[in-house]
Amino acid sequence: MADTKEARSAPAERPLSPHLQIYRPQLTSITSILTRITGNALIVASLLIVWWLLAAATSDAYFAVADAVLTSWFGDLVLTLSLWAVWYHYLAGLRHLVWDAGKGLDLPTAEKMGWGCIIGSVVLTVITLLLV
Amino acid sequence: MRYITPLKQAENKGAAGSGTEHHWYMMVSSVGLALIMPFFLVAFGRTLGGDRAEVLAVLSNPLMAILTGLVIFFGLRHFASGAQTMIEDYAQGGTRKGLIIAVTILSYGMIAVGLFALAKIAL
Repeated sequence: MADTKEARSAPAERPLSPHLQIYRPQLTSITSILTRITGNALIVASLLIVWWLLAAATSDAYFAVADAVLTSWFGDLVLTLSLWAVWYHYLAGLRHLVWDAGKGLDLPTAEKMGWGCIIGSVVLTVITLLLV
Repeated sequence: MRYITPLKQAENKGAAGSGTEHHWYMMVSSVGLALIMPFFLVAFGRTLGGDRAEVLAVLSNPLMAILTGLVIFFGLRHFASGAQTMIEDYAQGGTRKGLIIAVTILSYGMIAVGLFALAKIAL
């Protein structure tokens, strides 16, 4: 009985994933980590926008402060980068939905979709900037 | 000799110990956000830069208020779930629990503030 329990809890000898420092960067790995970075970085723009909404709901004086931050060169920079981040995350998310459907998992297609995310996100950012 | 494989221990648990619910939520919320986000980006971009009266007028529009509310709620819940996955990948034990709790509180706090502001403006 004791043997059985030990056998069950003993860690199995399995291959470890390659260490990050010796892992050659590839289009697929870079576009993958960018999905995570863009998604999580969007919290900065979200904080700014929620704060701006609260200020708009509160008073002229409070709105003037928040609006000055969001429309400053720094606000423009953060929001423009965030706009690109949204579009990148958007396209990369669609790519994940395609993968979840079991399609596009071969390397050539995955790399094509990777370039699609990179180029598409820049194009969509420019189009959005032209529209606003 | 035992014929049981480690699969027996892993079945019905998944990496999170709770099946695929978390992943499914990410899929559902991502599709929902994909449908509304393009409209929000353009609408918000056009609103930003106006004076307070203009901003309040735009956000008082029911469609704009509902759109912004949906983006705030599902955007931040999608963020919290995604950030939780990242935390689970990089942090262990108490740090992991603390960070997940912090991100969850942050997301609900921001949703509450955002929806309160919208309600005050639009209603």
